[in-house]
Amino acid sequence: MSCLSVNNLCCIKRDRVLFERLSFTVETGDIMHIQGPNGAGKTSLLRILVGLAEPDSGEVLWQQQNIRQVMQGYSSQLVYCGHKYAVNQSLTAAENLLYWCRMQNVSANTDVYPVLDEIGLVGLEHLPAGQLSAGQQRRIALARLWLKPARLWVLDEPFTALDSYAIDLLSRKMEQHLAGQGMLLLTSHQSLALDHPVRTLELEYRL
Amino acid sequence: MWKWLHPYAKSEQAFRLCGRLLPWLSISAGLILGVGIVWGLAYAPSDYQQGDSFRIIYIHVPSAILSMGVYSVMAISALIGLVWQIRTATMAVAAIAPVGAVLTFIALFTGAAWGKPMWGTWWVWDARLTSELILLFLYLGVMALYQSFDDKQQGGKAAGVMALVGVVNLPIIHYSVEWWNTLHQGATITKFGKPSIAPEMLWPLLLCILGLALVSAAIGLYRFQTELMRREIHRPWVKALAGDGRTQENSNAI
Amino acid sequence: MRGSLQALLTRELALAFRQKGELLQPLVFFVLVISLFPLGVGPGPQMLQKIGPGVIWVAVLLASLLGMERLFRDDFNDGWLEQMMLSPVPLTLVVLIKVLSHWLTCVLPLLLISPLLAVFLNLTLDMYQALLITLLLGTPLLSLVGATGVALTTGLQRGGVLLSLLLLPLFIPLLIFATSAVDAAALQLSYNGQLAIIGALLLLALALTPFATAYALRVIQS
Repeated sequence: MSCLSVNNLCCIKRDRVLFERLSFTVETGDIMHIQGPNGAGKTSLLRILVGLAEPDSGEVLWQQQNIRQVMQGYSSQLVYCGHKYAVNQSLTAAENLLYWCRMQNVSANTDVYPVLDEIGLVGLEHLPAGQLSAGQQRRIALARLWLKPARLWVLDEPFTALDSYAIDLLSRKMEQHLAGQGMLLLTSHQSLALDHPVRTLELEYRL
Repeated sequence: MWKWLHPYAKSEQAFRLCGRLLPWLSISAGLILGVGIVWGLAYAPSDYQQGDSFRIIYIHVPSAILSMGVYSVMAISALIGLVWQIRTATMAVAAIAPVGAVLTFIALFTGAAWGKPMWGTWWVWDARLTSELILLFLYLGVMALYQSFDDKQQGGKAAGVMALVGVVNLPIIHYSVEWWNTLHQGATITKFGKPSIAPEMLWPLLLCILGLALVSAAIGLYRFQTELMRREIHRPWVKALAGDGRTQENSNAI
Repeated sequence: MRGSLQALLTRELALAFRQKGELLQPLVFFVLVISLFPLGVGPGPQMLQKIGPGVIWVAVLLASLLGMERLFRDDFNDGWLEQMMLSPVPLTLVVLIKVLSHWLTCVLPLLLISPLLAVFLNLTLDMYQALLITLLLGTPLLSLVGATGVALTTGLQRGGVLLSLLLLPLFIPLLIFATSAVDAAALQLSYNGQLAIIGALLLLALALTPFATAYALRVIQS
């Protein structure tokens, strides 16, 4: 059964058409790798897919319903990691994640410390995030994938700033997610080393 | 229905519609305003109290009325643009705002110039002048907001929100200033807006109001056309239009 | 849902507590502006009493503009705003939470320090009482309307000056009614009418501005 489907999508940014008549579907267990040069509209596409931006025409359907109508149910099934980390510089790693979980209504007994442990932030939980490196902050952002049980992951350049250990960790987590009937959309300039068939969507840069 | 249409079909049609309307508007605007101004300034009888200096109402009153009218047109197009997500309507907001600002400025300037012979000073904190001044600030705010966005699509929406916030506030501002004015100044200003005005004076005034309204509409449409072209410069229809112009020029040269 | 709202509010308060320096700036600015006036117009008690209400209210307007600029700035820059939009909490409630926490952390200190300023400007007890009530009713209005302007200018360079151009004209009715209430109190007159109008404006803002602000946030996000 198709879960996320995109119908005839058109996006105009800064009075330039990024893409039009874009249609595809993502089924459970699918991973869609969106590729294209800088400025082709990959990030804009992801933001439309999660409902942060409005398409100029066309619609995004989640289980045959427009995401505008089912925004609450949709966002509860979704984790989005944008190119901004959503990590506050004055709060610690643990606080950042705790507040996020409580805001997302992820069950209260979720403990963030084992997750921080798993992604290699041991001993840094109580430092303000501003004192951590870019890669460490990216890890905090990605820890959300461990914390919230969601069927759809939308990740914008998740591998930037990560070291090879973390890339490997994230790749394994992705495989696990896909094996459990999850769906994954991501942009990345790196090629994916996944033990799973990857679908690709090419966006071209147009004037 | 329009959601299914190609998003650009509309702006091209809007452009063509403006192109058809503009000549008629400009000609009638020029005629009516010309007749009204000449009638008002040269032939209407002078006021028995204010002499010839009253004749400034033929510019002051139309521009003051239209400064408010243009604001409401701008707010309506902002509402259309925000509620039904019509791109061309938010472009109209950006095109209209400077027209309104200029009208407001004219109203303020002529009001001050009128104040000199009437009140003996260039500026008094009269309720209506103060309201006009605040209106000018609201216009400038909308324009500055639009200008500071690099992404004009966002800028148009933001300016639309500001225009709507302003339109909710305008009556509140207007009445509060009026109330403040009666509280602080009371009878120091003689109200000269007499309820009855001689028909010989009224007719040219009405003509001036209609004429200036048509002029503002024409300038607004022209600015709207320019805005459309500038915003969609990469689109085929603008290129075709520009290309047509170029080939015509060439054929004329030959 | 209640848990989510609570989490958002505690996060805001925790952040405010971490960034105490930034919170103190509007307060110091407020006191400084007010202490400039006796130096500018002369220390005559009569004169100070006459201009006092207007001075305090203008200073409140300016100080609240100064503190308001950072309302959505960090959340916009670090991406937290996106995450809030994708949370189960409606954006209008998020806006109300932000405004509430801003009022508690930035405006309440101004109210607490206002007795000192009443002494500076030689206000009578009646005048101070009226001033405090108008501040209590009027400053939430400032924060609510201000949030819309801040949301519109958050992503922009040079947003600060633009923000004052957008907001100060909108604050004029509040300034008029609030100062006239204090003036009326100085003459021992009833000022219930002015308070009722400010209250009505506050309710109107409470009903409309969260939607405008939420819409503006969506615009700057897209």
